[in-house]
Amino acid sequence: MSAPMTDALDVLCPMHLVLSDTGHIVHAGPTTKKLRPKAVLIGQRFLEVFDLKRPRAISTMTDLRGAAGSKLHLRLRDAPRTEVKGVLVPGPEPGQSIVNLSFGISIVDAVSDYALTSGDFAATDLAVEMLYLVEAKSAAMAASRKLNLRLQGAKIAAEEQAFTDTLTGLKNRRAMDHVMTRYSTWGTQFGLMQIDLDWFKAVNDTLGHAAGDHVLQTVARILVEETRENDTVVRIGGDEFVVLLPMAEEMGDLAAIGARVIARLSAPIPFQGKECRVSASIGVAFYEPAGTYSAAEVLENADVALYASKNAGRAQLSFYEPSMREGEDAEGARRA
Amino acid sequence: MHGLINRAIQCFVTDAYGHEKWVEATRVAELDLVDFEAMMVYDDAMTPRLLDAIARVLDRDRGEMMEDLGTYLVSHPTTEALRRLLRFGGVNFVEFLQSLDDLPDRARLAVSDLHLPRIELREHGTGRYSLVCECPVSGYGHVMMGILRAMADDYGVLALLEHAGSDQGTEVISVSLIETEFAEGRVFDLGARAG
Repeated sequence: MSAPMTDALDVLCPMHLVLSDTGHIVHAGPTTKKLRPKAVLIGQRFLEVFDLKRPRAISTMTDLRGAAGSKLHLRLRDAPRTEVKGVLVPGPEPGQSIVNLSFGISIVDAVSDYALTSGDFAATDLAVEMLYLVEAKSAAMAASRKLNLRLQGAKIAAEEQAFTDTLTGLKNRRAMDHVMTRYSTWGTQFGLMQIDLDWFKAVNDTLGHAAGDHVLQTVARILVEETRENDTVVRIGGDEFVVLLPMAEEMGDLAAIGARVIARLSAPIPFQGKECRVSASIGVAFYEPAGTYSAAEVLENADVALYASKNAGRAQLSFYEPSMREGEDAEGARRA
Repeated sequence: MHGLINRAIQCFVTDAYGHEKWVEATRVAELDLVDFEAMMVYDDAMTPRLLDAIARVLDRDRGEMMEDLGTYLVSHPTTEALRRLLRFGGVNFVEFLQSLDDLPDRARLAVSDLHLPRIELREHGTGRYSLVCECPVSGYGHVMMGILRAMADDYGVLALLEHAGSDQGTEVISVSLIETEFAEGRVFDLGARAG
């Protein structure tokens, strides 16, 4: 091939190769040379430098020439085993071929593997624009990701607030519904303790709302202290509390927790030099995944048990029994 | 105005003058917010108000302050990614200048709702150019001047830049190249990535 011709090719497609009729490399474009800076490409067989992945089953130069004009998927045989795209056309001299190469999608790795610069690509090549886009998109994505993380954090904080009773810091009713749904979905057995303060209204009426709030906060702290880490302590409203105790099977364990709660809440709570006196009535029911009661019914059962405690003189704990519902009111309720 | 632009202003004030000055500027500008999100769009009227407030809080000439902002955008480590993206414009400073016509389109390729003002390069004989910048926010020409100054350093070129005035929403910067291989310049490695 004439010198002006190869000079033109070097500018138009700097990553090309000229092959002889025997398939040996007779000329390599300036960028092609950068692929193997330490090796001499001239004189080597094209198919010994490149592994032809597609079209398959081509092993001779004659076959390769037959694939002229179609897209070639090639890979360098030794490391770095960069994959390149190519196309072969017949050269001006008999048997001669010209192969033009491009990195295709492997461009990002290739520029660092071969330390390429803008000058290594044809002026019309979009490779540098592609690199620009890759970087610009990564930077934009990084900014978006940061925003997403911040929004996620804000969402968690908002949900946390929506599930929290602001006065006591305990979970609220919404949170309780959420946890109960989760337990019933998972098939987790749990004990449900419904706690109602005795004489709370009197504290509010005689000592004022500030005293009442102080009592509620103190009760909340005691409930948290007397229960386990996995238990969920909820203020469902006014002076009513619920504790969900997952995996609580032993009635004895719950009775012990309840007794401690009642004992501590029965002690006077000091407030601004005065004493607030309350106590607690507790009703307990169990949720069994295979049992007859739904989670909502278990809550009702605990409520029935709670009223049994109230009617039995307050400051005590009752376990739910179906017989408690007999005769409608608490008259027939049995004590635990 | 796109959050990226407002956020860049925020980073500039915070990095160069500290968080307190930034908070003060947002208060003076009556923004009702302290942090801009890069990937959100804000009311256009906020940005000029913010720039006036920053100049007031820092007790600086607004034009000079905006030029510093431009320099900051391409020379501070925080904004290294931006310098790299600009360097994709050309292998030398002249090519870079010529690529500025495409800057708004390039920006839009990366972030589709980011609209940068149009820029037009005019050539007046060897080494003499003028850059006509559309300026939706007054002083954008000064920002471009800061960017050009820092990019000239980056390419190792000695260039004289002058703000040649403004007219009906455009500002003109005159550029004279004194020496194209004045210094080494900073290396631009295509394969490296800004962290």
